[in-house]
Amino acid sequence: MSTPLLAVENLVLTFPGERGRIAVVDKVSLAIGRGETLALVGESGCGKSLTALAIMRLLPKPGRIEASSRIEFDGRNLLELSVPEMRSIRGGAIGMIFQEPMTSLNPVTSVGQQVLEAVLLHDKVSRRAARERVIELFQMVGIPDPRTRFAAYPHQLSGGLKQRVMIATAMAMRPRLLIADEPTTALDATIRAQILELLRQLSTTTGTAVLLITHDFGVVNEIADRVAVMYAGMIVEEGTRRDLLSQPRHPYAQGLLKSIPRPEARGRRLEEIKGVVPRPGCWPPGCRFAPRCPSAFDRCRSELPHRTEVSPSQGAWCHLVEYEVHA
Amino acid sequence: MTVLSADALLEVRGLQTWFPIRSGVVRRVSGAVRAVDGVDLTVYPGETLALVGESGCGKTTVGRTLLRLVEATAGNIWFGGVNLTRLSRNAFRPYRQKMQIVMQDPGAALDPRLTVRDAIAEGMDAFGLGASADDRTQRVADLMRRVSLDPELMWRYPHEFSGGQRQRIAIARALAVEPALLICDEATSALDVSIQAQILNLLAELKAERKLTYLFITHDLGVVRYFADRVAVMYLGRIVELGQTERVFAEPAHPYTKALLASIPSLDPERRGVKPMALGDVPSPIRPPSGCHFHPRCGVRLATCSRYDPPVVPLRDGLSRCVLTPDSDDGRPNRTDAAMAAASPKPDVGPQTTEPHP
Repeated sequence: MSTPLLAVENLVLTFPGERGRIAVVDKVSLAIGRGETLALVGESGCGKSLTALAIMRLLPKPGRIEASSRIEFDGRNLLELSVPEMRSIRGGAIGMIFQEPMTSLNPVTSVGQQVLEAVLLHDKVSRRAARERVIELFQMVGIPDPRTRFAAYPHQLSGGLKQRVMIATAMAMRPRLLIADEPTTALDATIRAQILELLRQLSTTTGTAVLLITHDFGVVNEIADRVAVMYAGMIVEEGTRRDLLSQPRHPYAQGLLKSIPRPEARGRRLEEIKGVVPRPGCWPPGCRFAPRCPSAFDRCRSELPHRTEVSPSQGAWCHLVEYEVHA
Repeated sequence: MTVLSADALLEVRGLQTWFPIRSGVVRRVSGAVRAVDGVDLTVYPGETLALVGESGCGKTTVGRTLLRLVEATAGNIWFGGVNLTRLSRNAFRPYRQKMQIVMQDPGAALDPRLTVRDAIAEGMDAFGLGASADDRTQRVADLMRRVSLDPELMWRYPHEFSGGQRQRIAIARALAVEPALLICDEATSALDVSIQAQILNLLAELKAERKLTYLFITHDLGVVRYFADRVAVMYLGRIVELGQTERVFAEPAHPYTKALLASIPSLDPERRGVKPMALGDVPSPIRPPSGCHFHPRCGVRLATCSRYDPPVVPLRDGLSRCVLTPDSDDGRPNRTDAAMAAASPKPDVGPQTTEPHP
C-alpha cells in the first residue's frame, strides 16, 4: 500500500488505576488506505471504541494517549494539532457516526437545522445554499420527502431515519474518512439491511474510507475490505475480509467465528470460548488469550507473541501460528 | 380457531393487549397502543417455540401478558387445560410458578440489594419450596453448580458478576421454582457472541435434563434458526407466519418473513449483499395500517391489501397471514413466487401495486 490515509502506530491508551495507570489499548497499529473500509472487530471491552475515540482525540478523561503513540492522517500527525485545528478536522475531513442516533441528536432543534449548522461550521456559504445542501444530503442518504423532514424533530423520526440524519451530517463535508462505531447495532433487521446498503453505496460513490467498529461478523462481511480483530487491548489478527472469514488463523478469531449460531450447527453444541474476557489491569503475562486458548502451550503463558505473516495480506499475533508458518 | 389441542402445554386464543393512551386535562382515553392485537399460539410440551419480530411488534408484550405482568384486554390463555384469564390473582399463583421468565438485561432484572443466594431463593420462599432456609441454601448451591457458577460466591451481590454470569444467576433463579415453561425474552441478545454460545449451550442442556419448554422471544434470526423447533413471526401485534423452523427459513411464505430473512447478513465471504426488501419504516402500533398491517412496506401487495384483513391461510406446519399464500396441498410452483417475480421489489421507488397472476 502506498501512503495510507490513516496510519495509527503504537497506540497506547491508559486510564488511572489503583496502582498507577492501566493500559486499555496496548500498542495498536493499523492503516487504512484511501477509499478502503477497515473493520475493527472484537467483543465488549476489547478497546475498539476507545481506539476510534482516540483517533478523533475524543478519548474521555481521565484517559490518556501515551507519548509513544502516533496517529497520522493524510500526512499530518493528529496528536500534534492544536485544539482548533483538530476541531476543523472533526466533522470535516473525518466524519463520525455512532450506535445511538438519539443521543447524538439535539432533541429541541429540527434535524435539518442541526445538519445546516454542521454545514455552516465548515463551509463559508449562505444559509440558503447551506439549506439546499442539507436537502441534497437528505436525498443522498435516502430520507423520503427531504423538504418536509428538514423541519422534523428527532423524536418524530424512527431509529432508521435518525441514523440516516447522522450519516447525512457525517457526509456533509465530503469526509475522506468516516468512523462508524456500531452504526447498525441498535437497528432492526430490515432497517439494518437498508443502512448497510446505504453505507456500501456511499463508500463506492464518494470514495470515502471507513473505519467500521463492530462486533458483528455479518456486518463485516457486508461492507469491510479488510478486518482487524482485537482482544484485550491488542490486535490479534488482521487480513482481508476473505482471509478472516474463510481462514482465520488466531485461535481467538477462530473461536469467535465458531461460536456464532449457524444453521449447520442445529442440534449440536455450539463451540464456545471458555471463561471470560480479562479486564484491563488483569491481563495475563504472555499472550492475553492464553488462559482461554484451547491450543496454548508454555511459551504462550510467558511471552507476548509478535506478528507472524501468514500471507502478504494476513498476519496473526500467535506463537502457534508462528510455528505452523515457519515449520 | 377455538379448537384446543389436547396435548398442548399452552394455548393462546385471540389475545389482545392494548395500552390506553390518555390525553388532555382529564386524561381521557384517546386511543390505544395495540401491542398485541389478536394472537393465537399453541406451545407443545418440550418444544422451543421462537417468537420473532422487530422492535414494537408486540413479542415482549405477549410474554408479559402470559405471566400477567400486564393484563390482557381480550382473549384466553389456557395452561395445561386451565383457562388462566378467568382466574383470580391468588388462584393464578401456582401457574405463575410453572411459567418463569429470563429477561434481556440481568443487571436490571436482579435486585442489586439481594445477594445471589437470596435472589435465587426468592421464588422458593414465595412459593414455599424447600423445608428450611438451610435446605433452600443447599438448593441454591446445587443450582449454582448446575449453571457453572461457584457456590462460594452466593453471598456476593449481582454487580460483582459479569453480564454472562448474571444471566446464569437469572437462569438459576428461574429454575429454582421448577417451572415447566421458561420464557426467554432476548435472553442472549445483550451478550457477546462467545458468551452467547455458552448460554445457548446451557439452555439446551437444561432443557434436555429438566424437560423444559421454551418460548424464545428474540429479534436474532441466527439464534432462532439454530435453536428453535418452530417459529412464529410477529408484525405489528399479529402473527403473520408460523411454522417449522427449517421450512420457514427455507421457504418463507409471508412477504414480511421473506424480507426479514433477506436482511440477515451472510458469513460466507463469497456471498455478500443483504437485500433491503421491506420498504421504509415500521409504522406505529397506535395507528396500524388498514387491511394487512404490512401492506405499506410490501413489495408484492395487491390493491385489495390495504382494504381487507388478510386471511389466515393454513399451511401444513402452521399458517401464513397473506392473501398471496398458496394452499398447502398445492405442490406445484405457486402463485406467490410468480407474483413476487413479476413485482420484483425496487427499494428506491415506492411499493408497486400488482394484480395476482392466476
